[in-house]
Amino acid sequence: MHQPEAIVIRLGEMMLKGKNRGRFEKKMREQIANLMKAYPRAAVHEEFARVYVVLNGEPYEEIAAGLNRVFGLSSYSPALIVEPDLEEIRRRALEWVRANEPAPCTFKVSAKRANKAFPHTSQELGHLVGGYILHHEDGKLKVDVHRPDMELKIDIRQNEAFIFSESVPGTGGYPVGSNGRAMLMISGGIDSPVAGWLSMRRGLEIEGVHFHSYPYTSERAQQKVVDLTRKLAGYTSDRIVLHMVPFTEIQTRLNQSRTDSLLITLMRRSMFRITEQLAALRRAGAIVTGESLGQVASQTLPSMQVIQDGIRLPILRPLVMTDKTEIIKLAESIDTYDISILPYEDCCTLFVPKSPATSPNRQVVERLEQSLDFLPELEREAVEHTERLFVREREEDKFDEYF
Amino acid sequence: MLYLDYCATTPTRPEVIRSITEVMAAHFGNPSSLHRLGLEAEQLVAKARRLAADTLSCKPQEILFTGSGSESNNLAIKGAALRYRGRGKHVVTSAVEHASVYESFRQLADMGFELTVLPVDETGRVRLADVKAALREDTILVSLMYVNNEMGRIQPVAEVGKLLADRPRTLFHIDAIQAYGKLDCSVPRLGADLVSVSAHKFGGPKGAGILYRREGVELTPLISGGGQEQGLRSGTENVPLLVGMAKACRLAAEEREAGTLRLRRLQRHLLGRLAELPGVLLTTDPDKLEEYAPQLVHFTVPGIRPEVVVHALEEQEIYISTRSACSSEATEPSRILLAMGMSGERAASGLRVSFSPAHTEAELDRFADELGRVLSRLGGVR
Repeated sequence: MHQPEAIVIRLGEMMLKGKNRGRFEKKMREQIANLMKAYPRAAVHEEFARVYVVLNGEPYEEIAAGLNRVFGLSSYSPALIVEPDLEEIRRRALEWVRANEPAPCTFKVSAKRANKAFPHTSQELGHLVGGYILHHEDGKLKVDVHRPDMELKIDIRQNEAFIFSESVPGTGGYPVGSNGRAMLMISGGIDSPVAGWLSMRRGLEIEGVHFHSYPYTSERAQQKVVDLTRKLAGYTSDRIVLHMVPFTEIQTRLNQSRTDSLLITLMRRSMFRITEQLAALRRAGAIVTGESLGQVASQTLPSMQVIQDGIRLPILRPLVMTDKTEIIKLAESIDTYDISILPYEDCCTLFVPKSPATSPNRQVVERLEQSLDFLPELEREAVEHTERLFVREREEDKFDEYF
Repeated sequence: MLYLDYCATTPTRPEVIRSITEVMAAHFGNPSSLHRLGLEAEQLVAKARRLAADTLSCKPQEILFTGSGSESNNLAIKGAALRYRGRGKHVVTSAVEHASVYESFRQLADMGFELTVLPVDETGRVRLADVKAALREDTILVSLMYVNNEMGRIQPVAEVGKLLADRPRTLFHIDAIQAYGKLDCSVPRLGADLVSVSAHKFGGPKGAGILYRREGVELTPLISGGGQEQGLRSGTENVPLLVGMAKACRLAAEEREAGTLRLRRLQRHLLGRLAELPGVLLTTDPDKLEEYAPQLVHFTVPGIRPEVVVHALEEQEIYISTRSACSSEATEPSRILLAMGMSGERAASGLRVSFSPAHTEAELDRFADELGRVLSRLGGVR
């Protein structure tokens, strides 16, 4: 491929209701602007449903990788930027065609003219440029207007023209935040960050909720969750709010209460209640978990039923029908896998009974819970003492001064 | 004082020294310790790794910290050859590499590896055709430098990277020690599996180096122990130096473009002045400057012993170099210049002047004036 000099980014073409479209586009524009901050030489032109980036020597590959993290983006094209002058357009278009890999056998030219002062109509331009290329690539190329190997597009703007052919599809989904807000229960394992990413791709703004049992769990385990959240923050121009819930007291009290095989069930119920309280404070409309059916004792159907009982918010489980190998593949693609497998104990692996219940009985659980009269108060305290962190992809921290 | 030996080493930048001393005083914890002091030290190292990775456009986990550029070269070459000896025993390098590469390959040859040493053309450049011709079914490693440390010639590393792209069983190592901070060293562009960098060549501290190792490439460690650096380079991390190196990396990346333009201007200016001096033969070709690194000028003065010139200039507090710093004790002709086809007399008379973007044309003029005086004085006793 010829070294791209510009990128034509298409925001629109989303299947959106007219009312939301403007707001969604704004989200994407913000995220693109945020991405481009790291590339000060590049110039960004905003247009209706499009953004034009003139690279001015900034690296295409890196910026393209960044665009792949903008949810809702329709597509983008690496492009050449040229003077809006016929000879110049012809010369550079030929250059672009010749550098295309693999070399095309057939092509067609589609021109578009926003600048009506340009002396040729779109139709004429197609013939003028196409004819020129045919002449210079004598015998090597043929025109095929129906199914060409290469569709050469020429976009004539006011002060410049863009030449491009390939159109790279965006990652899909909806702009982050366009579908509301949800609380993500994030443990530090492989699944929850992937569930969070899938939720964000579906347009949810997520806030993380992490339960820690310091000093039974280490500060490194908390750092791991921050690092995972940081990766997710790379998919939004905003920060992600991360709620660190102190769970030591509840967990140790439950452990002392001879709950035996029901410990995990009770713990999970408590976590959901706390998360629901946090959701109310943060006006979030759902709880997202990384649960996958049958994966562990607490993720069997009977367990899920008993654990979620009493929770009124919808509980979204993006991974519920996904195999572990697929989850791992996704985790690798969003770069969270290597962090997730770091070996620090989190509160879910602490005090695990030898044979946790896979089919807890709801009445038994409820009766048991009623006898643990300290729970509501401890849960209220946990919510009250929850620490709120604001996590960005690139964190400013106390060590910045050294670097 | 006029220090013109930046290829040997650079003065450590004051802001880097400040970071190093502050971190050394405040964060003495061992990154492997469980407690908070350990965690903080670990976070500092992780941050240094992220920053270094950014400047090479790679992932943090692809960065290994080492104790020097020489160590990076040794780990890359011996580590890769030993790890993949089952695949084949053939390794390839060039005749103009740095001693740490050259000697590593000599060691491998002693262990039974088959070594091909590629020749260079009269400008010191490796020919792509020679690389192609040297490749065999059992070639497991090719190692080339990006910029020659003695005379600044740029090697076609990205082209070699492309050539090797469809040979997954042949690893490609680039010694980028003189290139980092001056040329674009982003690893996707270079197509390298392993890249060596040394901190003290761009304002960082001595005693710190980087080895980029592409994800998936395995190495046999040269230092075993507590498993630091993913088990490939054991030993408690030198937290302050790594922080200082990362800071120097960031500054070098930020200043690279403006700095390179400035270095080119200085280089062109100095070449112009040297061309006027009788008896001076330029190794750096002023008509093909894009093929040479911008931070140095190399020339020969056949018939004159270069160390005499170095000492004569030293009297004026001007510091330049004969050959590379690592081999300037010996008086034999330069292995590099001989490989370029120079006569023994000429190859024994090489001088290297290397500078920073902060130097001025006036300073280089002063050097050229003094050099002219020294040469005309020595010319009589030729």
